[in-house]
Amino acid sequence: MYPSVFDYARATTVAEAITMLADDEDSKVLAGGHSLLPLMKLRLATPSKLVDIGRIAELSYVRKDGDQIAIGALTRHRDVETSELLVREVPVLARVAGQIGDPSVRHVGTIGGSTAHGDGAADLPAALLALGATMVAEGPSGRRTIAAADFFKGFLETALAPDEILTEIRVPTGFTKFAFQKFNRRAQDWAIVGVVAVRNERTNIGFINMGATPLRATAAEERVAAGANPEEAAAVADEGTSPSADINASVDYRRHLARVLVRRALVELG
Amino acid sequence: MTMTDPTQQEHIIGKRRVRREDPKLLSGENRFADDLVVPGALHLVLVRSPHAHARIRRIDVGAAQSMPGVVGVYTAQDLQAEWAGPMPCAWPVTPDMKSPTHYPLAGEFVHYAGEGVAAVVARSQVEAVDAAGAVIVEYEELAPVLDLEDAVRDAALAHEELESNASFVWTLEPNSEAVDAAFRDAAVTISERYVQQRLIPAAMEPRAMVVVPSPMGGDFTVYSSTQIPHVLRVMLALTAGIPETKLRVVAPSVGGGFGSKLDVYAEELLCLALARRLRQPVRFTEERGEGTMATIHGRGQVQYMELAADADGKVRGIRVKLLADMGAYLQLVTPGVPLLGAFLYHGVYDVGAYSFTCTGLFTNKTPTDAYRGAGRPEATYAIERAMDSLARKLEMDPAELRRRNFIAAEKFPYESVAGLVFDSGSYQENLTKALDAADYGQLRAEQQQRRAAGSPRRLGIGVSCYVEMCGLAPSRVLASLNYGAGGWEAATVRILPTSKVQVVTGTAPHGQGHETSWSMIVADKLGISPDDVEVLHSDTSIAPYGMDTYGSRSLSVGGTAVYLATERVIEKAMKIAAHQMEVAEEDLEYVGAAFRVKGSPEQQLPLAAIAFEAFTAHNLPDGVEPNLEASISWDPPNFTFPNGTHIAVVEVDEETGRVELVRYIAVDDCGNQINPLIVEGQIHGGITQGVAQALYEEALYDGSGQLLNASLADYLVPSACEVPSFELASTVTPSPTNPLGVKGVGEAGTIGSAPAVINAVVDALSDLGITNCPMPATPERVYQLIQQAKSE
Repeated sequence: MYPSVFDYARATTVAEAITMLADDEDSKVLAGGHSLLPLMKLRLATPSKLVDIGRIAELSYVRKDGDQIAIGALTRHRDVETSELLVREVPVLARVAGQIGDPSVRHVGTIGGSTAHGDGAADLPAALLALGATMVAEGPSGRRTIAAADFFKGFLETALAPDEILTEIRVPTGFTKFAFQKFNRRAQDWAIVGVVAVRNERTNIGFINMGATPLRATAAEERVAAGANPEEAAAVADEGTSPSADINASVDYRRHLARVLVRRALVELG
Repeated sequence: MTMTDPTQQEHIIGKRRVRREDPKLLSGENRFADDLVVPGALHLVLVRSPHAHARIRRIDVGAAQSMPGVVGVYTAQDLQAEWAGPMPCAWPVTPDMKSPTHYPLAGEFVHYAGEGVAAVVARSQVEAVDAAGAVIVEYEELAPVLDLEDAVRDAALAHEELESNASFVWTLEPNSEAVDAAFRDAAVTISERYVQQRLIPAAMEPRAMVVVPSPMGGDFTVYSSTQIPHVLRVMLALTAGIPETKLRVVAPSVGGGFGSKLDVYAEELLCLALARRLRQPVRFTEERGEGTMATIHGRGQVQYMELAADADGKVRGIRVKLLADMGAYLQLVTPGVPLLGAFLYHGVYDVGAYSFTCTGLFTNKTPTDAYRGAGRPEATYAIERAMDSLARKLEMDPAELRRRNFIAAEKFPYESVAGLVFDSGSYQENLTKALDAADYGQLRAEQQQRRAAGSPRRLGIGVSCYVEMCGLAPSRVLASLNYGAGGWEAATVRILPTSKVQVVTGTAPHGQGHETSWSMIVADKLGISPDDVEVLHSDTSIAPYGMDTYGSRSLSVGGTAVYLATERVIEKAMKIAAHQMEVAEEDLEYVGAAFRVKGSPEQQLPLAAIAFEAFTAHNLPDGVEPNLEASISWDPPNFTFPNGTHIAVVEVDEETGRVELVRYIAVDDCGNQINPLIVEGQIHGGITQGVAQALYEEALYDGSGQLLNASLADYLVPSACEVPSFELASTVTPSPTNPLGVKGVGEAGTIGSAPAVINAVVDALSDLGITNCPMPATPERVYQLIQQAKSE
C-alpha cells in the first residue's frame, strides 16, 4: 500500500526535533522506520508529519556510565548485537538484538524506535523490562527518566508524551547470566511467545507476546525467589498474562508455550 | 568464435557452469516490468470486493472521478463493449463442463474477495490508490461457498446462474471390474482422506505490466511479467478483439512464476483495453497484499484414497476420488490441473487395477490454477502417504513395502494402467542410493533408542518415491485431453557473419537459466564456447513461435528443438563445405568447429569460414540459400518421466509440537543433465517449496471468505534458515523420448518433498497411535495431535 500524504522534516539535533514535533501535534518521530512505515503503508497510522531523527549522530552510542550502560536511542540493532561493551556487561541485549528479523532489519531498526513503538510482541522491550531499564525522554519541558515498569502502558502505547522523544536507554550491569527462548515458526518472524530471563542475585523474567505490552512473569519470579525449582516456578508462569489468539497460536497454546519456555529458560540459567 | 583443438574437443554438456543470467540479476541491472520507464504512462488501480460473495447494489464513482490526477473510473458496464469474449479458459475437460461468465470486472455479482469491481486510471499510482478509496460500492452480502465437502452438497451455490457447484466430473476407469475385484479379494485395504491446502504461489516479483499503444499504427506492445508471452498474445487478441498481428507481447525480466504467471489476468486485459480507449500507455503493478488475493492459488483438493493389497504388501488396486477446488472462476488451465495428476496416483508402483474420479467444484475463493507440479504433487502425496499407512498396517518397513511394488527396471518402456508409457527409470537404484546416503538402518536404530528412553525430541524418518510426467506435451495427447493448444516448441539457430551464434527459443524463462543451458547445448554441438552463443526469447517479435515455459517442459521440448535446429544448421554448413572443398558430403565429418575430410584431418574448413561464405553467398552450391540458419518446431513423441526417492528426517518437540527438519536426502533421476549446477538449484528450490506446503504455508480463510494471511508477514514462505543443507545425489537414466536424453527437473523437488516430510512427522508420532497429520504441520496442530493421542 501507499501511505497517505504526509509532511517530512529532518532534524539534525534533538532540540530541533523537539521543536519540529511541537509544531504539529499529529506528527510522529521517524527513526529506523521498521515499525512505523509498515503501519503507514497499511494506513493504520496516518501522521500528518514525520520528524526524521535518523541522522542525529549524537543519539547513536553505547557507553558505560557508572553501574549502568547508556545506549543512545538511535543505536541500530546490529550495533547493539556487536557492541563489545554490551556483549561483556549486558550480554542478553546483544543476544536478543541479534535475533530480530533479518540482517537488513537489524542494520536499520533502532533500539529507541522499537522501544518507543511499545509493541508487546517485540523482543527488545521485553528484555528491557526484565533488566529493569530506565528510559530517558526529552521534551519542551526538559529531560525526565521513566522506569521500564512504568513505560509500557498499553497496545502500542507508552508513557512518552506526544511532544517527547526517547533519547537514551539505561540498562543496569550485573545481569551476566541470561536465557533467551524465542519460539517462532521462521527465523525472521516475530516470536509466537518469547521469554527473556536474566539473573544476578535475583531472577527477572520478561515475556514477549503474552499481552498487549511486554510483561514480567511475576508469579514465576516470586516462586524462583522463594527457592522453587524450574518446574514448579514455570507451572505458574502464565499467571497474570493476557495473550491473544492469532493465526499462529490460540490463547491456551500461548499459555502452554509460556510455561514450557520459562521452564527451559530457568533450566538454562542453572 | 573461439576455436578449439579438434583433438581436445571439450564436452560442455554435463559440466557445472555458472549461470550467465546471474551477474545482471545480482547487480540490479535487469529490468522487470515495473522498472520500465514509459513516459506518459497512466496508472491502473482496481477497486476490489471486500466480500467473498455479494450482489453489487450500486457503484458511485462520482467522488473518485473528480479527485486529483484521475483520468477515468470504469465499471464492468462501462467496459463491456471492449471485449470480444470472456476471460479465457483453454481446457474444457469435459463436453458439459460448466464455466461461469467471467469478465475482467465483476458485473452484478462478486464471487471472491479480491475480485475487481471498478478500474481507476490516474496520472500517478498514489492518485489512483487515493481515488480507488473514494469509489463507493454498496454490496448485499450473500452466503459464500468455502468448503469443498460443503460445496459438493450444493447447499449453497457459489454462482447464481449455475444449478450446481460442480463444474465437471472427470473419470478415468480403464478397468473398473478389476478394481472392484481387487478390493473384494484384498487381504488389506487402506482408505484415507487427505487435504491439499490452498497455497499462494508468492513469486518474488509481483505481477506487473504496461501496455504501450501506437496511436497512429493501431498496434500495441504489452510488457508483462508473464511465463507465457506467446499464449498471452493469442488470448489477448481473441479476448480484446485485436488482430494478433497488431499485438507484440514482451516478457522482460520475470522474477519467478511457479505457474502463477501461466495465466491471462484481468489486469492485462484492462491495461490493453484502457490503453486502446485512452490512446495512452497504461500500467499496473500489483501490491503484495492484493496479489495474494488476485493472483491464482495452487492446490486446493480433498483426496479420498483407497488401496487394496495382498498380505505380503503387493498393491493390487487403487481407487481415487477427488474434490478439486476451482475457486470462483476457471482461469486458463484451472480444470486441467487435477487431470495432470490423474494418471499418476499409482506412483512408481506396478498396479493393475485403477480408477480415478475428479469433481471440479466452484467456491467463493480466489481462482486456482497450475502451481509448481500442478496435480502431480497432489497425486504423489496421496500414494506416498497411503503406502506408509499400508506399511504401518502390515507392520512392514515402508522402504521394503515400496521395493516390493516398484515397476521393475526391465519393464520399461512401461505401459501404465492409466494409459501412459513411462519412458525409463531406475526406481530400485534410487531407493537404494537414498537409503544408503541416509544411513537408514542407523536412523531407525536411533529412533528406537529415543523411543525407549522416552525422549521428548522424537525422531521421524519419511520416505517418498515419486514419478512425474513432464515435457508437456505430445500435441496428440493434449488433443485427447481436450486441451486447447499443442505442446510443441520452436527454435531457430543462426550463425551470423562474424560466426557468433544467435539462438531464438519459444520458451520463456523466468528464473530457470535457459540462456545458460541453451548456449551450452548449442556450443557443445558446434564445438565452440557458450560465450559465443546468444539466446533470445520472450518477445513475440523476436520469437514469433513458442509454447512458453511451464510443466518442466522447457529443456525436454524446447532444449530439444534448439538441439535439432543446431543439427540442421550443421547439415546446411556441411553442404557448403563439401561444395567448397570439392568433396562429397559423405566424406566430411564435423569435429571441433570444423569440417574435415574423413581420414585426412589436415584438409578442413572451419565453421567460421562457412558462416562467412553463407553470408556473402559468393560461392554456394546450386539450390542452397544464403545464410546459415535453421528453424524447427518439435513435437515430442511422449512425455518424460523424471523420478526419484526423497528421505526427510525430522525431530518433533513433543512439548511444543514444533517440527524441525534436520536432514533431507534426495536422489533424483532427471535423465541426462545439461548443467548440474542448475539441476541442483531447481532441486533446492523445489524441495523447499514442498517443505513449505508440509510445514508452513496455507491460505487461511475465515467463515466469511476473507483471506486471513494476505501479507508475507502472515503467509509463511520459508527461507534458507528453515531448511537443512540438502544431501543430493542423482541417478541418470536417459530418456529415450528425446535426443538429449533429458527429462526435466523444475518440479521434481516439490513433488517429492511434501509427502517425505509429512511421512516423517507421522512416523515420529506413530507409536502414539497417530496415523495422519494435516498440512501444514504447524506447531500448535502437532501439539494438539499429541495431546489428543495421549488422552486416548
